[in-house]
Amino acid sequence: MSEVVKLVELTKVYDLGEQRVQALRGVSFAVASGEFLAIMGASGSGKSTCMYILGCLDTPTSGQYLLENVSVGNLSRNQLAEIRNSKLGFVFQGFNLLPRTTALENVELPLIYARVSAGERKKRALEALNRVGLADRAGHLTNQLSGGQQQRVAIARSLANRPAMILADEPTGNLDTKTSAEIMDIFSELNGQGITIIMVTHEPDMAAYARRVITFRDGLVLSDERNPAPQQGN
Amino acid sequence: MEILQSLKIALRALKANKMRSFLTMLGIIIGIGAVIVMIAIGSGASQMIADQIASIGSNIIMVIPGSTTSGGARTGFHSAPTLTWDDVKAIRNECPSVALVAPTARGAAQVVYGNMNWSTLVQGITPEFLQIREWNLVAGRGLTEADVEGARKDCLLGMTVAETLFGSEDPVGKVVRIKKVPFTVVGVLERKGQSPRGDDQDDAVFLPLTTAQRKIIGTQFPNTVGAMLIQAVSEDRLQQAEQEVSSLLDQRHRIGPTKERDYSVRNLSEILAVSQQSAQVMSLLLGAVASISLLVGGIGIMNIMLVSVTERTREIGIRMAIGAKQRNILLQFLTEAVLMTLFGGIIGMLMGVVGATVVSRLVGWPTLIASQAIVISFLFSGGVGIFFGFYPARKAAGLNPIDALRYE
Repeated sequence: MSEVVKLVELTKVYDLGEQRVQALRGVSFAVASGEFLAIMGASGSGKSTCMYILGCLDTPTSGQYLLENVSVGNLSRNQLAEIRNSKLGFVFQGFNLLPRTTALENVELPLIYARVSAGERKKRALEALNRVGLADRAGHLTNQLSGGQQQRVAIARSLANRPAMILADEPTGNLDTKTSAEIMDIFSELNGQGITIIMVTHEPDMAAYARRVITFRDGLVLSDERNPAPQQGN
Repeated sequence: MEILQSLKIALRALKANKMRSFLTMLGIIIGIGAVIVMIAIGSGASQMIADQIASIGSNIIMVIPGSTTSGGARTGFHSAPTLTWDDVKAIRNECPSVALVAPTARGAAQVVYGNMNWSTLVQGITPEFLQIREWNLVAGRGLTEADVEGARKDCLLGMTVAETLFGSEDPVGKVVRIKKVPFTVVGVLERKGQSPRGDDQDDAVFLPLTTAQRKIIGTQFPNTVGAMLIQAVSEDRLQQAEQEVSSLLDQRHRIGPTKERDYSVRNLSEILAVSQQSAQVMSLLLGAVASISLLVGGIGIMNIMLVSVTERTREIGIRMAIGAKQRNILLQFLTEAVLMTLFGGIIGMLMGVVGATVVSRLVGWPTLIASQAIVISFLFSGGVGIFFGFYPARKAAGLNPIDALRYE
């Protein structure tokens, strides 16, 4: 299988005036296409920083980040925006949908920035909503939806541009156990369809769905384990 | 397409905060409205003066008799009949820069027709008068050389007099009595309107100068004339004509170190040009004052846009994470600001037009709404949006996506 992500000796230093915080101290790992990876670790372990760099929202201080064999470590803001738009899909803890906007419009958003024509945009957005089982709620405003439904809209949005991988940052952090399981089932299902997923979480229950778990501590990879029997949806 | 999307987003954002958007727009509405009203008042005033200048005729100087000293008391202008027919002839023959000379005489008299009567200005003129004043007839004919030489009892009526005495009747050929002397109305003059001094120029009756002097106004000094209207051959020879006329009259009246001038020369167009200039300065000042309110409105836009950027930091973060480039974000907020100022501009324009009409109706000031003023203020309101919207939009576009996403 080809590598979607390859990190080589990645470091990140935050310069907060007098204080210098070493968030990543040399992280190396690779993610193959079609993997379902969970990144775990206590707060301050560097897992979020790693997530931001993987998501092209931040750039590393040193080291290399290859996304689909292209180095994206030191690109300009606009180039990074383009990569986020075309190759990555984000799912956040707080859903991060636009208020006073319909589910369909939220899912269309990445396609707007990709300059996809209106007709094609609608078609692809509906398709993505269908994949998360929300096609019948396309016209609802996001604030009329439940938390689980909102997160499913967010997943549909991350799928809309047919990305190389989906990055999920504590996707179930704001949800109850039952809804969390529903969301994780969707991830498992998408992964089953061949989509690469990288998820940051601190809940072992959620990490149990992943086929591989990387644990961070103090800016370094502590462990990198395969999960022989990931939890499956019902 | 990108613009279309930005427009859609901007409209939604404005709708989400209707009251706030309206209050912010109000600054622009008042600003643009004030600019339109002020410019309308200013250009109305200059237009009025320009019309007055045109109503006098072009390239005109006036020679006014009078001001003699008798027994230490100096009399005013028009007080002494110091100009004569010989002066008129001399100016006609000896001043190359002078095209026409029109001697006049003025008096007041009651004009009677049937059971109607009207006290009005009686002015003795020669045929050149109407030519110099560029005053046309609406009916009948003008006064001729023969009328003046033969001192015939023909007269022309100003529009006001014609309307007052005759109503809808045609005055031409009718006989009116002026100081009991019957005169035949040979023509009616077109309406001239107000003079620069505010008199009604149409409230007058015009007689041959000779007839007027002998029968109506009367003068103890035969062969004299009243004020003269003189037209120069062209605008650039106006000053030369003035000089020629005064040196000729100085010579003929033997004006020297021991004798004061017994006439005076005035250049009417110059006086009016000055008042027109002051009207233009006035309208510029009015416009400047109004622009200040537009500036304040612009600052209001900037203020609200900054608030809006702060409020929507998270939204900006989401958009950036999803792939919006800095340019997209900049355009989005700029569109919002420009949309607000353009809406404000259009409403302000309508209010301005209404306001100007109300001012001219209620206060009676003439106003003139130039189409350029409307186009310019429309463009200007858009410009205000870009100018004051740019800083907040750039601030939004410059946000760090991570910080924006984390913003609570």
